[in-house]
Amino acid sequence: MLHLLHNTGQAMFMLFEAIWFIRHAFGRRSRQETFTQLYVTGIKSLAVITVVALFTGMILALQTGLELKRWGYEEFIGSAVAVTMIREMGPFMTGLIIAASVGSAIAAQLGTMTVSEEVAALEVMSINPNRFLVMPRLVALAVMMPILTVYTNILGIMGGAVVGATQLGVSVRAYMDNATQFAANKDLYVGLLKAFVFGIIIVTVACHQGFVTREGAVGVGKATRRSVIISFLIILVVGYMITRLFYI
Amino acid sequence: MIRFENVTKVLGGRAVLDQVDFEIGEGETFVIVGLSGAGKSVTLKHIIRLMQPDSGRIYIDNEDLVAADRRELQELRRKFGVLFQGAALLQWMNVRDNVGLPLREHTRMSDDEIRKQVDDRLELLGLADAAEKFPSDISGGMQKRAGLARAIIMNPKIVLYDEPTSGLDPVTSRRIDDLIVDMRERLGITSVVVTHDLHSALAIGSRIMMLHQGRIVENAPPADFIRSQNETVQSFLESQYITKKGKWEELIHG
Repeated sequence: MLHLLHNTGQAMFMLFEAIWFIRHAFGRRSRQETFTQLYVTGIKSLAVITVVALFTGMILALQTGLELKRWGYEEFIGSAVAVTMIREMGPFMTGLIIAASVGSAIAAQLGTMTVSEEVAALEVMSINPNRFLVMPRLVALAVMMPILTVYTNILGIMGGAVVGATQLGVSVRAYMDNATQFAANKDLYVGLLKAFVFGIIIVTVACHQGFVTREGAVGVGKATRRSVIISFLIILVVGYMITRLFYI
Repeated sequence: MIRFENVTKVLGGRAVLDQVDFEIGEGETFVIVGLSGAGKSVTLKHIIRLMQPDSGRIYIDNEDLVAADRRELQELRRKFGVLFQGAALLQWMNVRDNVGLPLREHTRMSDDEIRKQVDDRLELLGLADAAEKFPSDISGGMQKRAGLARAIIMNPKIVLYDEPTSGLDPVTSRRIDDLIVDMRERLGITSVVVTHDLHSALAIGSRIMMLHQGRIVENAPPADFIRSQNETVQSFLESQYITKKGKWEELIHG
């Protein structure tokens, strides 16, 4: 318990210091690294997010649609997919993908840097690792997670429309009309808030796990695994708490 | 310049440093030797406060390193350059960017000025042709020289070397030794070197301190070190085929 509190305190200190340094994100010293991280997080994740988002929407539409069709309500498939994607599945699926791809890569990179004394070298050169390494990644995740979530939502809804038109007999126009009728602005805002919070969780966990890496290559492997597992668990719990906060 | 007063550090229930007391003067090349686990690297880490002692004080130019706050620590660390055991170059930057990193971070120099300073240092260390290469594309010896170029780019007063010749072939090792001597002679840098290699220590050191089980067993100039009556020192010397006869006789007799 004491160990958990110690680690949480360390991670929070690291996060707050990185937030403090955000004002330098596009300054001379950090600009290049910030753009690199924005590119890595945003552009390099697009392919996997495209596939996952499309199929999430298609599975949702198929499962829900078949059930609705039994009762003759298949025209409601648009709203079912849109609301589920925007409120929950969009930010959740994006969070999981980014935690598994970008978060694990951050933990592995920082872990390797820690065991090969590169992080110590930065400290000795009076270069704060929280500004040099954590802050650009924090900016990238905080900016890109909501953008990628919007992308996931759009593709997921499109995937649902394809299934609706080809397998449930619901025209694309009827699907979209129903979707826009039921999805509210609040759903979008809460979904984007979740995405933003998930981004901060992923970067905090991944960077902290990287910095506490010990025991060489084995330690890097452990840090990477722990980073993904801890991020998944916190995303699940925090996702539930945000939903509860805004919808009950 | 650097002073340890009764420094003790316990790791895993064992005193890695046990009431260690020593002083390093300006312009010295102070070599710390000892077996693995003797506390050499731990001592080095204490000098730049990558580790804090459990008890005792450490002074850098009479400033208390242990009690320094974050800002004071940053100022104190600017007096140092460090060559890490594995060079610790950032893998995603080429050699020129690695060496220029401290200048980019701590000065308002233009990119052209930084490039000029970096190229001068690379020239000094025989790395002019490797400027555009990445650390993974150059040999271990070149990485160490690049690490040394980065360590001295801000003109530090003190350079710390952690096992500078480990993992290198004998020819490259002697080249690194020559560079350490060169740094002292040309730039007046105070050097603290941690090494297993007694041949290197005797060749470059103005004083050699041996640690054993966290305690200092000898601290003397090379000529006195080799004559030490301490059994641990003698056995350490013999393990590296250094005897009072042969090529080291000249050193002993001045």
